[in-house]
Amino acid sequence: MSTTAKTVEGLVNREYEWGFVTDIEADVIPAGLNEDVVRLISSKKNEPEFMLEWRLRAYRHWVKMGKDAGEPRWANVTHPPIDYQSIVYYSAPRRKAAPGSLDEVDPKLLQTFEKLGIPLGEQKRLTGVAVDAVFDSVSVATTFKEKLAELGIIFCSFSEAVHNHPDLVEKYLGSVVPYTDNFFASLNSAVFSDGSFCYIPKGVRCPMELSTYFRINTAGSGQFERTLIVAEEGSYVSYLEGCTAPMRDENQLHAAVVELVALENAQIKYSTVQNWYAGDREGRGGIFNFVTKRGKCVGRHSKISWTQVETGSAITWKYPSVILQGDDSVGEFYSVALVNNYQQADTGTKMIHIGKNTRSTIISKGISAGHGNNTYRGLVKVLPRAENARNRTQCDSLLLGDRCGAHTTPYIEVANATASVEHEASTAKISEDQLFYCKQRGISPENAVSLIVNGFCKEVFKNLPMEFAVEASKLLGVSLEGSVG
Amino acid sequence: MLSIRNLHAGVDGREILRGIDLEVKTGEVHAVMGPNGSGKSTLAQVLAGHPAYTVTAGEVIYEGQNLLELSPEARARAGLFLAFQYPVEIPGVSTAQFLKAAVNEIRTRQGLDELDAMEFLELLREKLTLVEMDQSFISRAVNEGFSGGEKKRNEILQLAVLGPKLAVLDETDSGLDIDALRVVANGINGLRRPDNALILVTHYQRLLNYITPDQVHVLFNGRMVKSGGKELALVLEAKGYDWIRDEIPAAAPLGAV
Repeated sequence: MSTTAKTVEGLVNREYEWGFVTDIEADVIPAGLNEDVVRLISSKKNEPEFMLEWRLRAYRHWVKMGKDAGEPRWANVTHPPIDYQSIVYYSAPRRKAAPGSLDEVDPKLLQTFEKLGIPLGEQKRLTGVAVDAVFDSVSVATTFKEKLAELGIIFCSFSEAVHNHPDLVEKYLGSVVPYTDNFFASLNSAVFSDGSFCYIPKGVRCPMELSTYFRINTAGSGQFERTLIVAEEGSYVSYLEGCTAPMRDENQLHAAVVELVALENAQIKYSTVQNWYAGDREGRGGIFNFVTKRGKCVGRHSKISWTQVETGSAITWKYPSVILQGDDSVGEFYSVALVNNYQQADTGTKMIHIGKNTRSTIISKGISAGHGNNTYRGLVKVLPRAENARNRTQCDSLLLGDRCGAHTTPYIEVANATASVEHEASTAKISEDQLFYCKQRGISPENAVSLIVNGFCKEVFKNLPMEFAVEASKLLGVSLEGSVG
Repeated sequence: MLSIRNLHAGVDGREILRGIDLEVKTGEVHAVMGPNGSGKSTLAQVLAGHPAYTVTAGEVIYEGQNLLELSPEARARAGLFLAFQYPVEIPGVSTAQFLKAAVNEIRTRQGLDELDAMEFLELLREKLTLVEMDQSFISRAVNEGFSGGEKKRNEILQLAVLGPKLAVLDETDSGLDIDALRVVANGINGLRRPDNALILVTHYQRLLNYITPDQVHVLFNGRMVKSGGKELALVLEAKGYDWIRDEIPAAAPLGAV
């Protein structure tokens, strides 16, 4: 084996730091799914009628899809069939009453998030970042809520939004990702239990990063959360998402939906550092991350940017997309997806150009190590009305070792002759000469691989908020230990 | 400082070095000259520990240790520096970032504190003047899109920042125009100290117009066939390498690799 391969191997086999389990009493419903379960979830959350109706429609649609075609099979991933009747669809840490303040939150939960580096206590809050912490099926705490409320910004758990702002929820829920969208989105629509809701009023620039941290804890449970962000005219928000789960031998399903709505001149920047448990070195266990993320640039001059760093999950199936409806709107997708051991990722984006002068940029960096398999799948679609639409796509793959795979599947559909669409792709390996050059300067092979990989990802990392960029860069080093730099 | 004895080495089972002997003492400058294919670059790569080359016989003692037993990074940390003939590009990694990683990793292993960003930048600025480069140079990705001359200057910048005990310069003069050659040579001269040593591997003697060697060696067909003072380089320049072939029967036959 070459030195490069050995180095990569050494780098990848590091322990997953976030694999612990919190021992906490939970309100868990029995495994399985039927209409009664959907009703039970809705009643546990004390939801208004419109929500239950929507869930039921979604559920019925999902059942129909299951009978017709079942799960989508076009992705370049393989996994044993998922038994949807063996999944627990609702698990919440038990509590005496609804937590009015942090003092009422179970200290064990606070400790859990503290251990994950997300302090929720008043004293230790991350400066400049407001956090909504989601544990299994429910949101346990949201920080800086009052401060944001002074500006008219609503940042709360989805459940709270359903109660306190039902008009907004009813108006926008499913407006970007309808419950009929795809198999996993339908499932999510039927059973989603919580998530984050965010509303930025007209002309307001959100003064801090908003962040949701998702944690799966209960064994055998799935996590189905939903995030909805609405940016009114001329507003701006930067949103961060992080996630981890315990190490378990069985696979756990995470099927989330994220919807973003940007009105005229509004801007939404959505960043994800995804670090779900990826399974062990033999590919046992890990999260199935089947997620639908989409933004809609409804208004003129609006802008939506997705930045994602994907290092976790046994399987990633996710295509954060932008519908460029408003004229002059802008969509961006910056992605680093790293697979190691037996991880599989089929990820990319869709840029749908509807309005005039719409622009999109796609920069995708795939890193494959071990026996990992990485697929970029993207669609750039220019509709007849989209005069002067422009897209630039760059897909780069980096291979570490000789047992991994990188695939690129770009689809381009152009129905307007004034459009300009560029696609560039490259595949490279870390060369023996690059490694030797670093080593000759005294840099250890591990650090050399990490340096080279970070350089490879630079164009994506520079789009992450500062704190996240540092975390992402470190995470990449960790994820490579034992197999990838 | 460095003692090479009967060194045999090759690549893919093909022997290139066929018994090299070389003694380098602290404070000295040695020039290793020879025609293309004589094994000059192989010698440089073997000293630095490039994994593609296999040593089949002989020994290399550096500062009292068996150099050949050390990993490339351990050799670098022990003060051995190779200026590459073909410096490698590392996309996305700035020269500053790259050198900071190198300096701090070496310092950490020596039990010293890491330099923080400000301290490091100060060091880097000081060395930049030596190679007559402006500051924008260090924020560019390592060697990416650099001209031949810029790449060579970057090697000398790295040499200056890392301050090794023994530097091996592999054809650092090749591909340089006369101005760049002067800058690079001045840079190298500025780094000469009584406690370090230099091995210049070169095809032409023109670099030696700027840097005066203590000894000149002629490498031919994998062996050192002649050694002498700096005047030997001038003879080579005047008579060409064919002269060696005629002069030294042991060197022949050329091309019998």
